[in-house]
Amino acid sequence: MNRRFLRQALPFLTLAVVLAATFYVQPRTMSYFGLNLMLQYAVPIALATIAQMFIITVNDLDLSIGPFVGLVSCIGATLLLDNPLLGILALLVLIAAYGAVGALIHIRNLPSIVVTLGLSFVWLGIAVLILPSPGGKAPVWLKALMGVQTPWVPFPIIAAIVIGVVVHLALMLSSYGVIARGAGGNPKALTRAGWSMLRTKVVMYMLAGFFGVLSGLALLGLTTSGDAHVADRYTLYSIAGVILGGGEFIGGRVSPLGAVVGALTLALAGSFLIFLKISPDWQIGAQGAILIIVLALRALVSYGEQKR
Amino acid sequence: MIGKLLRQPWVFSFGAAIAVWLATIAYTGGQGAGAILTAAFSFATFTIIVGLGQMMVITTGPGNVDLSIPATITLSGVVAMKVMDEDSGRMLIGIVAALGAASLVGVFNYGLIRLLRIPPIIATLSSSFLVLSTAISYGRGIRIKPPEPLAEFATMQILGIPIMAFAVLAVSIGMALVLSRTVYGRSVLAVGQNSRAAWLAGLNVDRTRFLTYVLSAILAGVCGILLSGFSRGAALNMGEEFLLASIATVVIGGTSVAGGRANVPGIWGAALFMYLLVTMLNTFGASAGIRLILTGLMIIGVIVAAGGEEQR
Amino acid sequence: MSEQAIRLDGVEKSFGAVRALAGVDLTVATGECLGLVGHNGAGKSTLMHVLSGNLTPSAGTLSIAGKPYDRLWTAAAAQAEGVRCVFQELSLCPNLTVAENVRIVHRSLKGFGWKGRAHALIRQKLDEIFPNHGISPDDEIAGLAIGQRQMAEIARAFTLTDGRLRLVILDEPTSSLDAVTAQQLLAYVKKETARGTAIILISHLLGEILTTADRILVMKDGKTVADRKAADFTRNSLVAAMGSEAREHTRGVAKNSTAEVMVRAQPRSGGSASLEARKGEIIGLTGLAGHGQTRMLLQIYERRQAEVKGALSFIAGDRQSDGVFNLWSIGRNITTRSLAALRKGGLIDLAAEQRLAEDWKQRMAIRTPDVNNNILTLSGGNQQKALFARALASDAAIILMDDPMRGVDIGTKQEVYAMIGAEAEKGRTFIWYTTEIEELTHCDRAYVFRNGAIVAALGSDELTEEKVLQASFAEHAA
Repeated sequence: MNRRFLRQALPFLTLAVVLAATFYVQPRTMSYFGLNLMLQYAVPIALATIAQMFIITVNDLDLSIGPFVGLVSCIGATLLLDNPLLGILALLVLIAAYGAVGALIHIRNLPSIVVTLGLSFVWLGIAVLILPSPGGKAPVWLKALMGVQTPWVPFPIIAAIVIGVVVHLALMLSSYGVIARGAGGNPKALTRAGWSMLRTKVVMYMLAGFFGVLSGLALLGLTTSGDAHVADRYTLYSIAGVILGGGEFIGGRVSPLGAVVGALTLALAGSFLIFLKISPDWQIGAQGAILIIVLALRALVSYGEQKR
Repeated sequence: MIGKLLRQPWVFSFGAAIAVWLATIAYTGGQGAGAILTAAFSFATFTIIVGLGQMMVITTGPGNVDLSIPATITLSGVVAMKVMDEDSGRMLIGIVAALGAASLVGVFNYGLIRLLRIPPIIATLSSSFLVLSTAISYGRGIRIKPPEPLAEFATMQILGIPIMAFAVLAVSIGMALVLSRTVYGRSVLAVGQNSRAAWLAGLNVDRTRFLTYVLSAILAGVCGILLSGFSRGAALNMGEEFLLASIATVVIGGTSVAGGRANVPGIWGAALFMYLLVTMLNTFGASAGIRLILTGLMIIGVIVAAGGEEQR
Repeated sequence: MSEQAIRLDGVEKSFGAVRALAGVDLTVATGECLGLVGHNGAGKSTLMHVLSGNLTPSAGTLSIAGKPYDRLWTAAAAQAEGVRCVFQELSLCPNLTVAENVRIVHRSLKGFGWKGRAHALIRQKLDEIFPNHGISPDDEIAGLAIGQRQMAEIARAFTLTDGRLRLVILDEPTSSLDAVTAQQLLAYVKKETARGTAIILISHLLGEILTTADRILVMKDGKTVADRKAADFTRNSLVAAMGSEAREHTRGVAKNSTAEVMVRAQPRSGGSASLEARKGEIIGLTGLAGHGQTRMLLQIYERRQAEVKGALSFIAGDRQSDGVFNLWSIGRNITTRSLAALRKGGLIDLAAEQRLAEDWKQRMAIRTPDVNNNILTLSGGNQQKALFARALASDAAIILMDDPMRGVDIGTKQEVYAMIGAEAEKGRTFIWYTTEIEELTHCDRAYVFRNGAIVAALGSDELTEEKVLQASFAEHAA
C-alpha cells in the first residue's frame, strides 16, 4: 500500500522538484507572468499526452499523434477559418478515421507501432498539402480562448488541471472507464464477461483522435498560424508524458492526472534547463536524462513491490 | 520453381522498385534512366546499412526496436570528423573512435533495457536524447571536412554504381551469413520466435539481445562515418530522416515485426523502392505532400496485407 | 422436491488425437453440492469448460431445469442462465480494484453511484463467506496476495445483481487458501446450497469433498467411473475408484545403484526431502499436476541450489509456448541445442547439420518426407518427437522432461519410451515429470510431489498406481 502510493505520487514529486529547482535558479519565474510564459505550451502538450494515454490504455502505441496535431493546426488555420462548417466536418472525419484505424488494428491483429508509423506519414502529407509552408490564420475565438488571462493562477495551469480532472473522472471513476482499463489489464477476462474488445478499442482510438483535435486547436490558438511540422516533437513528448505520469505500456495502467503532470514537467524542464544556463545543446539530452532517472526510480520502487 | 521464387517476401519490394523505376523513365522518355539508378544506389545504401541493424533488433522479438539510430549516426559522424581532423593519416583512428562511441551507445541501450527494465521504445528514445546532445555539444563549432580518401570512397563510382554499394552489398551478404550460419544469428531467430523455448533449448537470450543492440549501434556508426564522407561534413541533423526510414525498410522488406524472421534482400528492395518512389513522384511533379501520403499508405498497406502474428 | 438444475448427457470432446471426454453424463440438482474428483487427465477441467460455455463439445446435450437447451451454449449464454465459474487461472484484471472487477461481470452496475453499489455488493459477500477477510473493495488486485485474490474471485462469483444464480463451479477453490479460510468457504457452500444454488466442487483434498459434497462423481480417462452419494464413500474407496486394475510392470532387474550421482537437489518450494539421480537412471516425478514438479525441473535446469554434474537438456511439455520454433523447419528445430558442436571454422557446417537432422529423423522415426519441411507440417506427436530429438542429439548427459507425452498418441509414446530406455542404457540420465501414472512403469524410481515438496520416494517395486495415488492424495498433519 505504501509503495503503491509512492508510485502514484512520483510524477507529482518530480514536478514539484523541477518547479522548486526552477524557482531556486530563477526566482523571477515565481510570478504570474513567469509561470504563464514557461507553461504556455503545456495545454496542447497535455492534450496530446491524454490522447496518447487513451491508446496506451488498450496496450497500443500511437506514433502519429505529433503529425496529427500539426494537421489539425493546418486545418484550423485554413478550412476552419474560411468555412467553419466544412472545417468542423473535416475534424470529425479525422476523429472517425482514428476509430477506423483502431478497428483495423484489432481486426487484423496488427502491430500498432507500424500502422501508426505509416499513419504519421499520411497525416503529415495531408497537412503539407494544405499548408506547404506555415501560414493561414487562427480563428479569432481560438486566439481569444488561449489568451485568456485568469486571475491569480495562470490559464495554462487551470486548463491543465481541468483537463486532468475531467479525464480522471471519465476514465478512473466512471463505470465505462473500468471496462476500458480492464481491456488493457486482461482482455480475455473482458471477452469472457461478454464485452466487445473491438468496440472498446474503437472508442478509445476515437477519444485519442478527439483529444488530438483539441490539442491541435489549442496549439493553433497559441502559435496563431498553422504549420504542418509544428508538433513533430509531440509524439515523443506524449509518450514520455504518459510514462512519466506513472503509466505503463502494457496492463491498462494509466493515470490521467499523472499524464498531465508528466506533460507539465516536460514543458517545465525545457525552461528550467534554459535558466540553468545549460547550453541549448544539452537541453534535449537533459530531457532524456530526466526520463531515465524517473524510470530508474520507478524500477526501484516496483522492485521493492515485487518482493511481496 | 517460379512459384517458389514468387513466394519469397522480398520479391514484392524489388518488383515494386523496378515498376516504379520503369514508370519514371517512361515519363521522362528514357532520359536519365541510368542517373536515377546511380542516385538510388548512392542514397539507398545509407538506409540499407541502418536498415540491417534495425532488422536484427526487430527480429529479436516483439517490442524490440532501436530508436536511437539517428542519434548514433550523428554522434559517430561528429566523432569521426573531429578525430580525423581532415588528416587522412588519422582516418583509422577516427573510425575506431567513432565505432567505439557507437558501441557504447549500444551497451548503454541494453543496460537501460535489461538493468532498469525500461521498455526498448522508451529506453532507446531516452538514450537518443542523451546521445544527440553529446553529439551536438561535441560537434559544436567548426565545420570540419572529411579527409579526402574517405570522401572519395563515399562518392566514387564504377560504371555508374557507387563503390559504397558494393561495400554495403558485402556487409549484407555477411549479415545473411551471420543469420544462417552462426550460433549468434540462429539465436536471434530463435529468441525472436519464442524466447522461452530458446532459453530451454540452451541458447543465451540475454547475450543475444545485447549483441544485437550493439550491432545495430555499430551499423549506425558505420553509416555516420560514410555519410560524413558523402556529405563532406557532419551536420547535426544528419540522422533525422533515418529513424522512420529504418523501420519502414524493415517492414516493407518483409521482415516480420513479431520477430523471428529476417529478410536481408528485402531491405535492399525496400530501400531502393522507397528512394525510387520519391524520385518518381518528384519526376511526376507530385508535391511533397503526395509523396508523404503515398509512403505512409504503402507502409500501412504492406502490414495490413501481411496481417498480424498470433498472440503468443 | 429437488429438480435438475443442469444436466449433461453424452458429452464428448477431443483435442486432436486425445479424447478428453469420452461420453460423460452429469446431473446436478438444485441445492446440491456435487463433488468432482479424479487424477490427472481425468477430464474434470475440460468438462467444466464445456459446462461454462467456454468449450463446444463434439457431441452431447445440455439441459437446464429439465429442458434441453437448443441454442448454442456460449459463455454469454451461460452467464445469462446463471452459471458462474471460478477456475484456477483467475480471471481478474490485475490493474483494477476488487470493486471494479465486480463491475466487469455485472452489466447493470453502471450510472451514477455504481461504485457505492459495487462496494456494498462485494463487501457484503466477502463478509458473508470469509469473515475477517481483511480485503477492501478498493484494493488493487495486483497488490493482493494470491489467497486474497482467490477469495475476491470466489466472492464475486456469488454476487447477484439481476437474474438468479443457478450453478456455481468451483475448480480447486482452496488451492491458495489457508486452512481457516478454506473451512469458511466450505461452510458457505453448505449455506448457499441450502438456498437452492447448485454447486460443483472440484478438489484434490478428499477430506473437503467428503465433508462438503452431497454426491461425488469420480472421473477417469474422460469417463465417469462412479456416481454415488458422498456418504457411501470413504477415503480409501474414493482412491480405489480413481485407480484401475493393478498393473505389474517393472523395468526388469533393479538398477545397480552405485553409479555416480548426476543430480542432487532439494525443492526450493518446500519440504526437507531431496531427490537424487544417478547415471543411467530414469527418475520419475509424479503426484498431482502443478504441485511443484515443473518448478523442480526448472530449478535443476537453472542449477539453483542443485548439484548437477554434466550438461542439461530440457524437453518441454507445452510445445507451443516452450518448445517449437514455428517458423523453422523440422531440421532446424532438431539441431537447435547442438549448434555449437556443428561449427567448423566458426561457421555452422550446413552439411553436418543436415546429416544430424536426418540421422535423428530416422532414429526417432519422425514421419515426414523431408526434414526441411516446416515443423508445423508434423502431427503433434511427431513434433514432440522432434523436441526429443533436439535434446537427445545434443551433448547433454542429463535430460529433463516436463510431461512431454501429454496429448501424444499411443503409438508415438511406445516409440519414445523405447528410445528413452535405449539412451539410458548408454548412460544418459533422465528426470521425467509425468502426469500419467502408467508411464512410471518405465522409471527406475519415482518421487511423489505434493504442495511443492517431495512426500514420497518410491522404488521400482513400489511404482504401483495405488501407492502413487495414496501418496498424491495423502493428507497428514504437517
